[in-house]
Amino acid sequence: MSEYFAPGHGACPGCGLTIAVRNTLEALEGKVFVSNSTGCLEIISSMYNRSAWGVPYIHSLFENAGAVAAGIEAALKALGRKDEGHVVVFAGDGATADIGIGTLSGMFDRNHDVLYICLDNEAYQNTGNQQSGLTPPGANTTTTPAGKIMPGKLGRKKDMVSIAVAHGIPYVASASVAFPMDIRRKVKRAVEFEGAKYIQIHCPCVTGWGIQGKDAVPLARLAVETALYPIVEFENGELVKVRKIKDRKPVEEYLKPQRRFRHLFRHPEGKKILEMIQKIADENAKRYNLDI
Amino acid sequence: MRKVVRGFYAIAHAVKLCKPNVICAYPITPQTEIVENLAAMHAEGELENCEYITAESEFGAASILVGASAAGARTFTATSSQGLILMSEVLYNAAGMRLPIVMVVANRALSAPLSIWNDHQDSMAMRDAGIIQVYVENNQEAHDLVPVAFRVAEDKRVMLPFMLCMDGFKLTHAYEPIELLEQEIIDAFLPPYDPPVKMTTKKPLTFGAYAPPPYYMEFRAIMHDAMERARKVIEEAMKEWSSITGRDYGGHTFTDYDEAEVAVVAMGSIVSMARDVAEEMRKEGKKVGVLKIRTFRPFPADEVRKALENVDKVIVLERALSLGSDGPLTLEVKSALYGTSKEIHTVVVGLGGRDVPRDLMVKIISEVYEGKVKPGFRFEGIHEYEEVIP
Repeated sequence: MSEYFAPGHGACPGCGLTIAVRNTLEALEGKVFVSNSTGCLEIISSMYNRSAWGVPYIHSLFENAGAVAAGIEAALKALGRKDEGHVVVFAGDGATADIGIGTLSGMFDRNHDVLYICLDNEAYQNTGNQQSGLTPPGANTTTTPAGKIMPGKLGRKKDMVSIAVAHGIPYVASASVAFPMDIRRKVKRAVEFEGAKYIQIHCPCVTGWGIQGKDAVPLARLAVETALYPIVEFENGELVKVRKIKDRKPVEEYLKPQRRFRHLFRHPEGKKILEMIQKIADENAKRYNLDI
Repeated sequence: MRKVVRGFYAIAHAVKLCKPNVICAYPITPQTEIVENLAAMHAEGELENCEYITAESEFGAASILVGASAAGARTFTATSSQGLILMSEVLYNAAGMRLPIVMVVANRALSAPLSIWNDHQDSMAMRDAGIIQVYVENNQEAHDLVPVAFRVAEDKRVMLPFMLCMDGFKLTHAYEPIELLEQEIIDAFLPPYDPPVKMTTKKPLTFGAYAPPPYYMEFRAIMHDAMERARKVIEEAMKEWSSITGRDYGGHTFTDYDEAEVAVVAMGSIVSMARDVAEEMRKEGKKVGVLKIRTFRPFPADEVRKALENVDKVIVLERALSLGSDGPLTLEVKSALYGTSKEIHTVVVGLGGRDVPRDLMVKIISEVYEGKVKPGFRFEGIHEYEEVIP
């Protein structure tokens, strides 16, 4: 039980977000100012009179959590209160990679002393699974529905990790709720750097992905073991660490149990997309040298 | 100290003396020189305990100030036109969170067509956001009202953003001899910002909670009450400020003549010329006066009704449109005069920087005075036009 993020919030059983949030807050011992974008996390935790937050928390809008965090940091600096705590953003993948990418880029560019955590559940899940820039190819969402002629999302998942690295910020990493100790370590490591930090955490969504709560963490692990979600760590632009994969699994093992990908195994275009997804996994493995 | 300075410097100088903690903006004509001056002051080390941030957009600038204000900082920004409406989502949010951000709007037209020149369409588009709006007539008034803006916005009875509106170019870039304020005067008038609540790890609070139907309405009603209370707080501050500076601006409104039969109602820099023309007409025995509206939100309906009590004809000089209805100022004036039977003329002038020459002002007032025009809505100072529908 966490005094920083209290039980009784409205997350689904098996929700990946709360694992990421609790581990982050505990790693920083609650010395945190949270800026949260509109989305799942905000809705499950911040209803008036029922806030789950035991740390100072602000929700402003969908697309400005990075800028709001920059403002908090600037205020703490100006008022000589920097030692009060770390400024941390929790934002969804849509808030990060789509609607809020402008304010995020500005925050990176000015290199505010802020840890930005993207909780990546791969679609606008709060409003019922609409595709975002971080939705993977082939996924059946309500705005990229699989139908007779359309096989789900056509484009690739936006490479936000590389976009973050390209800003020249001191620390960038990916992580997964399948490995909570790794999340804690990365959060602690990140705040050792003065300046902007980005950690993207893969968080399964039971309703959007069409899985059972008990399968959320095993599936998150499979995403890593297939190299579809490479776990990487950059310090000052240099790749310093990756999670190696022993006996990399075919992507089907990860895709098959999820309702959002089920159509790929019977759709006329499915085979082509499955091949494309496997190719992405192969590219990831090669690019980051993941295979042992 | 009396000095000839330009409007943007008059603002920047006053802002500096108010000791803001976070200044954040994005350049846009004709506001840019305000924040350029502040950036230079910051670069020279003249702003203590202050962070100056150039944001990636006005949207970002306003968002940064939301975070800064919530964390307990005194905050300032300036913008114009497109920049203001790009900020609009954030500004509604800031008002709802009761964050006393102070901003100067260098009033400019809205696109399309693109125009960098002055009218009031930008700030009027933010009329309903829950932001106090005050329009100034000249740069001394603009300079003087900066500390008033901080004091009113940050008053615990108010806690709302404050928008000081000054005509772009006409005021921002005009040279004017200004009685520049001294630090001691402002320090005595404006206490350091001490918010009733702020983000701190010492007492963790949730800001920006969402409110389902059983809660939402009360939040908005409370905002409405705060805006109503702001009337008195503005009056108090103005009164005290007048006694300190010796410059009396009146209250929410200012009337130059009590026995007018025809009154011109206006806001911003155009008031000066209207007043000058009215004075001259009075010398010819014509009973013409000018009612300047300074506070637009909260709207001083009682003062307006009282000021126009004995007037037969009202000319509202509109610097903005509410397309498909009367102009926004006319709507307020008509509402204030509800139940009376005055002749009301809505005269739209000076959109997109269109010049309002003195002889046009004379024509507008004389025609109404002499009964040559019917009441209602019209444009003046406009060329003959024809819309070509292909």
